[in-house]
Amino acid sequence: MYTYRVRKDHLGMAIIEVNGLRKAYGGRPAVDGVSFAVEEGEIFGILGPNGAGKTTTVECVEGLRVPDSGTVSVAGLHPVSDHAQLTRILGAQLQESDLQAKLTVREALELYSAFYPKPADWGPLTERLGLTDRLTTRFGKLSGGQKQRLFIALALIGNPRIVVLDELTTGLDPRARRDTWKLIEDVRASGVTVLLVTHFMEEAQHLCDRVAVINAGKVAALDTPSGLISKTASSTVIAFTPSRPLDDADLAALPAATSVELKDGRVVVNGNDETVNAVIALLARRQITAERLRVTDATLDDAFLDLTTDEGATPSEPVAHRAANLTEQEA
Amino acid sequence: MSASAAVLKSEARLFSREPGSLFWIVAFPSVLLAILGLIPTFRTADPGLDGLRVIDLYVPIVVLLAIVVAGVQAMPPVLTGYRELGILRRMSTTPVRPASLLTAQIVLHAAASVCSAVIAMAVGRLVYGVALPAQLFGYALALVLAALAALAAGATIAALSRTTKISTAIGSAVLFPSMFTLGVWLPVQAMPDALQRVVLLTPFGAASQALNEAAAGDWPSWSHLGVTALWIVILVGAAARWFRWE
Repeated sequence: MYTYRVRKDHLGMAIIEVNGLRKAYGGRPAVDGVSFAVEEGEIFGILGPNGAGKTTTVECVEGLRVPDSGTVSVAGLHPVSDHAQLTRILGAQLQESDLQAKLTVREALELYSAFYPKPADWGPLTERLGLTDRLTTRFGKLSGGQKQRLFIALALIGNPRIVVLDELTTGLDPRARRDTWKLIEDVRASGVTVLLVTHFMEEAQHLCDRVAVINAGKVAALDTPSGLISKTASSTVIAFTPSRPLDDADLAALPAATSVELKDGRVVVNGNDETVNAVIALLARRQITAERLRVTDATLDDAFLDLTTDEGATPSEPVAHRAANLTEQEA
Repeated sequence: MSASAAVLKSEARLFSREPGSLFWIVAFPSVLLAILGLIPTFRTADPGLDGLRVIDLYVPIVVLLAIVVAGVQAMPPVLTGYRELGILRRMSTTPVRPASLLTAQIVLHAAASVCSAVIAMAVGRLVYGVALPAQLFGYALALVLAALAALAAGATIAALSRTTKISTAIGSAVLFPSMFTLGVWLPVQAMPDALQRVVLLTPFGAASQALNEAAAGDWPSWSHLGVTALWIVILVGAAARWFRWE
């Protein structure tokens, strides 16, 4: 359905290249032919449902796993055989990786600084991440969000050229999440390439230049967030309560409408911009007032659900879900 | 400061924050020696022991005890935990090899057991007048071999255990027979012949006997040193064969 779209206009060079990556655990494929290229200075997102193969993919990029087949190249290095060189230019935030419980935040930062030839100054870093008043706290006493922020600091402490963030803001409250996004944007502004694994659509939409949606070990789509949204089955939902009933034939004639529902006197139309114009024109022509008119654009959430829903399931499920939300809000 | 030195320093600091391990490795053997020495009959010469006192026999025993507690009981859960908690994984994304973390732990446990050995010998000498080993070099050699065997045994336990809990359980299960063979309950010299022959084939039974010989002023017999050395080879091989980084 979706094809790998190569951007013709790109000026940057690919700093991460993954080609035909395959990795199976006990005969069950986790990653089954994943290919993508990340340009230098880009924030590239990897989205996908749980167990889709996102983490395995980035672990192959980090050199923590050896692919069964396919190639991975990071800044011209082979992640496994050039691992020592790779670790100097790639910072990684991992899932499920703790620190020693009795190590304090300051000690962890000092220790990890000592690993790199030109470490970042961790003072400003901890300030941005809101860890300054936790420097003497032991790792085991930190909250989940504080641990997460420390992991982000450790991923950035070596002044990497590339940073891989697996579930960047999991466990963070909304304020900390926003602050972290700002930090990542600033990191990118300084020229760092960011590979971001997430299942927060809002995060991907906010941060990522391009996104690969991985489903069942394969790339289901690769595009900019807005490109993905525009490809959804119906990118816009129009909902309103007409002052008097509309003619079924008029509704059926709406252009580009994928579905029209009538519920408790409320009309919910799924379509696109063209449909919106047609609905407005129709209402004006019939001199009908639309009460509580709401027009909502599809989000990356909808695009994601579209892309990761099984072939057999109803394709309009995400749209129906959104429409249900709309009617609930209005009720 | 080099990265490995930073790791060692950091691990040393963490080690100092483990009062349990410090007590059992550094203090307990000397405390045990001091308590045993309070028993009057242990301080009188026994013709059945070639005129030695029981307390004389117990100095090498508690020295070995420190080594075995450090290697077999204290170290394995730390190593397994570092793998289980993903600490090794995190380190493998940095320019520092995770092996440096394991090396630091092995070095620290070795250092702690040597400290404990020195303290125990000092307590024996100063409090109960136990003579310092007459064949010092042979004694040191036997001590080093025993420490290597204990650390190799600990590394093997860590390699075979998937979780910290399993590691602690196997460590304790290995600790008690080790304590028996090194003579905590019954010094090796005092064991019946048949039992002694078996015990001398174990790493710590052989080391115990080698220490006794060196304490008495003889060069420890090569057969005892050889038995312990052979165990080191086997255990290091097993640890290397079965250790998993993840």
